[in-house]
Amino acid sequence: MASKLTTSNRAGWGFALPGFGLIMLFIVIPFFFAFYLSLTNQRLISPNPTEFVGLSNYDRLLSISVLTIEPEVDDTGAVVRDDAGNAQYPRVRTFTRNNPDYSQYAGMREWFRWHWGETAKVVVATDVVFWKSLRNTLMFVLVVAPVQAGLALCLALLINQRLRGINVYRAIYFMPVVVSIVVVSLLFRFIYDGNDGLLNNVLGFVTFGTFEGRDWLGSENTALGAIMGMSIWQAVGFHMVIWLSGLQTISPTLYEASSIEGASKFQTFRYVTWPGLRNTAVLILIVITMQAFALFAQIDVMTRGGPLDSTTTIVFQAVERGYGKQDISGGSAISVVLFLLVLSISLIQRYLTRER
Amino acid sequence: MKLGMTFGAALVASVSWASVAAAQTELSLWYHGAGNEAESGALNMIIDDFNASQDEYKVVVESFPQESYNDSVVAAALAGNLPDILDVDGPVMPNWAWAGYLQPLNIDEAAIAEFLDGPKGYWDGQLYSIGFWDAAVALMSRQSTLDALGLRTPDVDNPWTGEEFMAALDAAKASGDFEYAFDLGMPWTGEWYPYAFSPFLQSFGGDIVDRTTYATAEGALNGEEAVAFGNWWQSLFADGYAPGTSQDPADRDTGFVDGKYAFSWNGNWAALAALEVHDDVVFLPAPDFGNGPKIGAASWQFGVSGTSENADGAAAFIEFALQDKYLANFSNVTGLIPATSTAAAMTDNYAEGGALEVFFGLSAGQATLRPVTPGYVVSAKVFEKALADIANGADVADTLDAAVDEINADIERNGGYGH
Amino acid sequence: MATINPDNRGLRLAVRYLVLTLIALIFIFPLVFMVMSSLKPDLQLLRDTSSLRAFLPVGDISLDNYYNAFSRVPIAQFMFNSLFVTATTVFLSLLLCSLAAFSFVFLNWSGKNVALAIIIATLIIPFETIAIPLLLFVSKLPWIGMEGLTFGWLDTYRVQIIPLVADGLTIFLFVQYFRDLPRDLIEASRVEGASWMQIYLRVVMPLSGPILATAAILKFLAMYNQYLWPLMVVQQEAYRPVMVGVQYFFQLSTAWGEIMAYLTIITIPVLAFYLVLQRAFIASIASTGVKG
Repeated sequence: MASKLTTSNRAGWGFALPGFGLIMLFIVIPFFFAFYLSLTNQRLISPNPTEFVGLSNYDRLLSISVLTIEPEVDDTGAVVRDDAGNAQYPRVRTFTRNNPDYSQYAGMREWFRWHWGETAKVVVATDVVFWKSLRNTLMFVLVVAPVQAGLALCLALLINQRLRGINVYRAIYFMPVVVSIVVVSLLFRFIYDGNDGLLNNVLGFVTFGTFEGRDWLGSENTALGAIMGMSIWQAVGFHMVIWLSGLQTISPTLYEASSIEGASKFQTFRYVTWPGLRNTAVLILIVITMQAFALFAQIDVMTRGGPLDSTTTIVFQAVERGYGKQDISGGSAISVVLFLLVLSISLIQRYLTRER
Repeated sequence: MKLGMTFGAALVASVSWASVAAAQTELSLWYHGAGNEAESGALNMIIDDFNASQDEYKVVVESFPQESYNDSVVAAALAGNLPDILDVDGPVMPNWAWAGYLQPLNIDEAAIAEFLDGPKGYWDGQLYSIGFWDAAVALMSRQSTLDALGLRTPDVDNPWTGEEFMAALDAAKASGDFEYAFDLGMPWTGEWYPYAFSPFLQSFGGDIVDRTTYATAEGALNGEEAVAFGNWWQSLFADGYAPGTSQDPADRDTGFVDGKYAFSWNGNWAALAALEVHDDVVFLPAPDFGNGPKIGAASWQFGVSGTSENADGAAAFIEFALQDKYLANFSNVTGLIPATSTAAAMTDNYAEGGALEVFFGLSAGQATLRPVTPGYVVSAKVFEKALADIANGADVADTLDAAVDEINADIERNGGYGH
Repeated sequence: MATINPDNRGLRLAVRYLVLTLIALIFIFPLVFMVMSSLKPDLQLLRDTSSLRAFLPVGDISLDNYYNAFSRVPIAQFMFNSLFVTATTVFLSLLLCSLAAFSFVFLNWSGKNVALAIIIATLIIPFETIAIPLLLFVSKLPWIGMEGLTFGWLDTYRVQIIPLVADGLTIFLFVQYFRDLPRDLIEASRVEGASWMQIYLRVVMPLSGPILATAAILKFLAMYNQYLWPLMVVQQEAYRPVMVGVQYFFQLSTAWGEIMAYLTIITIPVLAFYLVLQRAFIASIASTGVKG
């Protein structure tokens, strides 16, 4: 291996340095810079000196706690109820604002609550918007990764038939991939529009007018789902092609063998196709997960995180704070959290899909 | 390495040689109105006159699109490339002054003695910027609409009270003639929210921050008055008076003249276009929700950048531009309110009997500055998000609390912004 | 198999094509809708969404929207910016990444394994996580140009190009490909006294057609569609690329027809490019998957 002929420190470094140097300068250094900045109060621009603030950015970002609230009682000790018979609770802000008895909750805000008998358990956090962005991002990943991978596999199986003109279909399914996500996002803003939107009209047509139009991006309940649907539409062709290349590495003799043994279509898929796609499946899941965590352009173009933070994401928050509000340190702290998330998820995926 | 340095030095030398060779000192000016030819024409007229009036300085203008102008200036400051003369939005000025993008403006105080308050940019007791005009927001409607609904026509001296205003919205809603009673312009994200809507909050008795100290928003943005404002604000959408955040931007532009809305909350820049379609359009003052009728003050202004080496020349240009004839010309081409009454008299629309004369009165009588603090740039964004969330049904008190916490945290991280 | 009667077979074939076609419609209709809408005045466009006319070039068809879009913003300038930035980056990326991969695969030098490990490790750093610190970083970087030594890279072409030239994936793809090339060929040339640069240029590059196409297509798609980075670092129209221009245009114009015209203008070149080189596009994506 280490032949004299091929050993040359000067040539080796000389050839590698431009590419390697750029990666060090513009990826590795900024990466460590992010860790450093997240420990300071650095602003994009400010006359105040930059100070080291320890972990306070993380503290603000991640503080979360559970507050237990008992229902209000009247003078006789009976629980106060509204007309519908529901117990009435004191407002969370009476605990979290200027209340010295509950100073551990100072500055926190309700994220969500659940009931334990009559007792309300309220999850409070300092930075509820960040937690929502975390939830939305994870939700996006958890839905999009399996659905998109699954649909892509179905499409790949469809395309992997010997039919005349099949390449035309393959080309069409792949087409949205080459269209920019920014273009797609604007186009779908129009398609999802509540008044004249194409989707409402199409659904109305398909259901013979029984479907009532809705403002897909304007409602908390449908906005994230609408963005997921669009993202899958745009990217599914990409992963279809990767599945397809995996399918084509499976030796035809295996199919012939299973056909001779009289295996059903499902059995063939289960015992021949699927085992042959193992590596492809791992790759696809990792790629989709990474892309899903980076969700930004769709949000920025379509909803800017709204309505009511139902579509805000980690990257959107990092950019909104670090750039929009010029709070570089806060944005960097979010970036670091995102990186740690991506790192741990890829380690988990690697562990779960390891060769046994 | 050595070669590189020699080469660099040679370049530097050749470049400085080039600038010595020029007889006049160039003053660079950045302007926010790219794409607006009328405005550029008015500005160029001033620049040409100034350049011809003396031979020491030559002003060179570069225009940017408004939407990205502030980002461009921040980027230039970050990169150390600020021009000599900067165009700055009034409420943003304290931030730029505090951050050092602007230096105090040295012009003769007498030159601006007659100016409206809105165009004068004071921060920390010093003048930093001065505007040629102000803008004003009014409640647009049509006289025929008011008559049909049987409503009294309010004026600056007798504006509607909050109750009268809500009664007017009820009447418009009940008439069934309109898609919505009231168009607020919710698709205009950005500065429109604090500019157009924070005066409502102030009329209720609240504010974005506590202006006595500028150290906290507690009490101002989440006190009783602010919560009352928030409840009112939410009811506009919950009760179907106004289209919410998902209003189609096209409807914002043309919905009022198309008859979709009975009332529209819009600026004087949109006034002439509305008058062209319907000659009975009226511009009503803001309603009084208890603490006086209020609209936002301060528009775009000019200042000298903090790094300018030709501050005297830059100030001389700004002072030169403040002549009534230029103010009047600007107003004529843009429809904006000239900064002095003498200039107003020279304009088509703001002279006595002019189509937009009413705005001059609105500006003089109701205009209130947005909080004068470097922290405004962040608190404006927080305020915008809070209003959008409340419009979308978020809990009013909790949302305002969260906004207060975010503003306070920002003030704290910035060492109180120098107050 | 042979027992299936012809009719049944024909029916099954028809069903297959029907399914394929229905799915194809889902992918193609939004794009057809975009192009058709760009040809219609707004009023008609909105009315047409309620029928199949949305997908047909019927009614009052004209190029007015295109004319208006062009007169509203300098689309040609944006287009040039995007193409210039994309072409330069793709070229530099292919050059520098293939040189680095060449060195990693064929040469032995101290520190090589560490350097390669670092590059592979960067594959799991999403660009989005470094964008904010990178912004602060590039705003302070020095540059020697026409005006001598200056600091700050914002609002330039270089800030859109240089930080994005080298990336782990491109180097990784080249490394994978080069590893499959016959090593004896390289060593033989070495024995004949060829310099490393000669080997790179005359032996390795001529064998690298497929990987160059793959890397170029992937980089082209990534660069032409850049959004977050130029959004932060470019404010002046003179350097603004098309994708940031879209958002800007959307804020200036509320006429859907014009917006669709803009979207069509910036999408057609890529789509055309794709349709011509369709096989290469798909092959290039596929080749990233085979290895795993």
